[in-house]
Amino acid sequence: MTSKKYDLVIKDGRIIDSALGFGRDGHIFIKDGKIAKVESDSAPIRQELKTFDKEQIIDAAGKLVVPGLIDIHVHLREPGREDEETIETGCNAASSGGFTSICCMPNTQPRIDNQETVKFVQDRAKNANARVYVVGAITKHTEGKELAEIGDLVEVGAVGITDDGCYVQNPEMMRRALEYAKMFDIPVMQHAEDQFLCGGGFMNESYESTRLGLKGAPAVAEELAVLRDIVLCRLTGARLHIQHITTRRAVEAVRQAKKEGVRVTCEATPQHMVLTDKEIGKEFNTNLRVNPPLRTEEDRLAVIEGLVDGTIDCIASDHAPHSEEEKDCEFDKAPPGMIGLETTLGLVKTFIIDKGYLSWADAIRKMTVNPARILNLPGGTLEPGNNADITIIDPEKKWTVIASNFKSMSHNSPFIGWKLNGQAQMTILGGKVVFER
Amino acid sequence: MSRLSSRHLLGLEHTPQEDITAILDTADTFREVLDRTIKKVPTLRGITVLNLFYEPSTRTRISFELAEKRLSADTISFSPSTSSVKKGESLRDTLQNIEAMKIDMVVVRHSSPGVPFFLTQFSDANIINAGDGSHEHPTQALLDMYTIRKKYGKLDGLRVVLVGDIKHSRVIRSNIWGLKTMGASVALCGPATLLPHEVEKFGCDVYTNLDEALEGADVVNVMRIQLERQEAGLFPSQREYTKLFGINQERLKHLKKNYTIMHPGPMNRGVEITSAVADSSKSVILDQVTNGQAVRMAVLYLMRGNIEEGSLS
Repeated sequence: MTSKKYDLVIKDGRIIDSALGFGRDGHIFIKDGKIAKVESDSAPIRQELKTFDKEQIIDAAGKLVVPGLIDIHVHLREPGREDEETIETGCNAASSGGFTSICCMPNTQPRIDNQETVKFVQDRAKNANARVYVVGAITKHTEGKELAEIGDLVEVGAVGITDDGCYVQNPEMMRRALEYAKMFDIPVMQHAEDQFLCGGGFMNESYESTRLGLKGAPAVAEELAVLRDIVLCRLTGARLHIQHITTRRAVEAVRQAKKEGVRVTCEATPQHMVLTDKEIGKEFNTNLRVNPPLRTEEDRLAVIEGLVDGTIDCIASDHAPHSEEEKDCEFDKAPPGMIGLETTLGLVKTFIIDKGYLSWADAIRKMTVNPARILNLPGGTLEPGNNADITIIDPEKKWTVIASNFKSMSHNSPFIGWKLNGQAQMTILGGKVVFER
Repeated sequence: MSRLSSRHLLGLEHTPQEDITAILDTADTFREVLDRTIKKVPTLRGITVLNLFYEPSTRTRISFELAEKRLSADTISFSPSTSSVKKGESLRDTLQNIEAMKIDMVVVRHSSPGVPFFLTQFSDANIINAGDGSHEHPTQALLDMYTIRKKYGKLDGLRVVLVGDIKHSRVIRSNIWGLKTMGASVALCGPATLLPHEVEKFGCDVYTNLDEALEGADVVNVMRIQLERQEAGLFPSQREYTKLFGINQERLKHLKKNYTIMHPGPMNRGVEITSAVADSSKSVILDQVTNGQAVRMAVLYLMRGNIEEGSLS
């Protein structure tokens, strides 16, 4: 028999969704790329399942069924560095990691600071294995000098603005950006590191940088940047999103600002929850060079604390592909960044959920509905009527990170060789299976 | 083959006391060789050593080259200005090409911390760090320690003051590790803007007042202050640096009677040290240079020297 009413059913999975209530076993029915209904188990539903063809059934027994994961901080490198990642390969990496929606940063070559480049990215992403939402530039060429045509960017679908990689150093410019962005109800996403205080540092300023003789970027560079932007956010009433927060005092600043009702949100990356600056001196592994840098154990724990108490709204990877050639060099000559789309889920399960910091429900919330709300994205929930973007997770899958298994074109991950727990088993985009392990 | 616990000398932070003692003891033997008419022994015969200097260096490069030649090694030297580095060749490719020519040992200087370690990852040669950025310069610290030990007969229990740009000095870092391992007490002194973050975690006494730092010390090792630091705004003027941190005769009254003045060179006479002090009878600055030969011969020998052919008699 073939069900005519539905195209597909995911049966017997443990459904985790903030809107539908967490941890409920049930079945998800899909029709025309949308979620048609979600049902708990019952005799009539069992009868209905019998009307389905074998090909129409995905058996998720023993698995978690969650809204397609969303990563709002991804570098796709196209246009400009198609040798490192293309929109297609970045989306393959996303679906392999369980992500169905990603937001790409504008620091491509050329920068995404005008309608044409936004449209180019959208066009290239049309048939990709993930939805790509474009984050445009705050300033032209992300140079911090003149506002980009933000209205134009929003008109063609930009969901937010950032000069990621660069801090908008001039406070007057940042104030204007917040005021202007407020007209369009989009957040200004800030890479919060004061460039003068960083002074071209290669790692966190700490005893580790002192010991290794590597120029340090101090934690206060982030703290000061975050505090300044909170002040401007309060002044303008606009929405501010702090990208990849890493220091104890910056987290504390956001916590206080939220208490006072300032419209600030923030994200943190798995690497800043898992790694510290102590790793760098072991082998000078250039894949550990990231901006902002890996911090101290105290900072790492503070980031986790912020994640637990809700100060940190969402988890984002800051997936930043770099070619092997670029990373195979002196530590202080390597460009900053590591890939992350394919390790985020495993790291979150192994180091956040298994350590008891977050439940699956809370972790999934920070990778679905929360990021969706920050950028007004569709999805992030399994409520009927939504796109059938669904991730099926094998929660206890033990796996080893192997470079040749990455779908990303670049392999710059410090986690290669690590044993992780928990992995996406299947990723469904608009009712279509785009990845299966 | 190495008679040390590691087949490379990347730094002194993790070098055990036994290794340092072995190097200093062996250096004694080579120091004696340097006083002979024929200053050459056959211990590295058939071994090829590459001196890979990405940063300008006179003293260290010549010292290593001479040490190698006096051990009968075949040596080649390489500096970026005369190579394909300017054509954009990567560090890995440069070394792999040179190593394809069957190099046994590499002495490397580079502006990036960690480069000597990086080279061990894809080379079979013994790697000796001749200075990597602000990280380490182990043979300089070893020759400093050798020089101190030669004068006092020990390192244990001595008080050594390192004065200057603590933040950017690889010589200071290697001296801290080595001296502490050997039981000396170490004091650091420099402008607060040239003290690195959490400097106290080195486990040394830290001063910004030179007179206090010198009080009761046996040895002062004065570091070169680089003009670029002033240009970068780390101190207001050379004049004020000299006023606050320059070593002159007047300052020396705080030291123990049998004190010693050291400087790794090159000196800025009249800036961090006056000529009167540098040229005084308490100065061992030129002994450091001679001893550097013996210490580098000892390191090369202990790492790779052929035991049968290595007879020093």
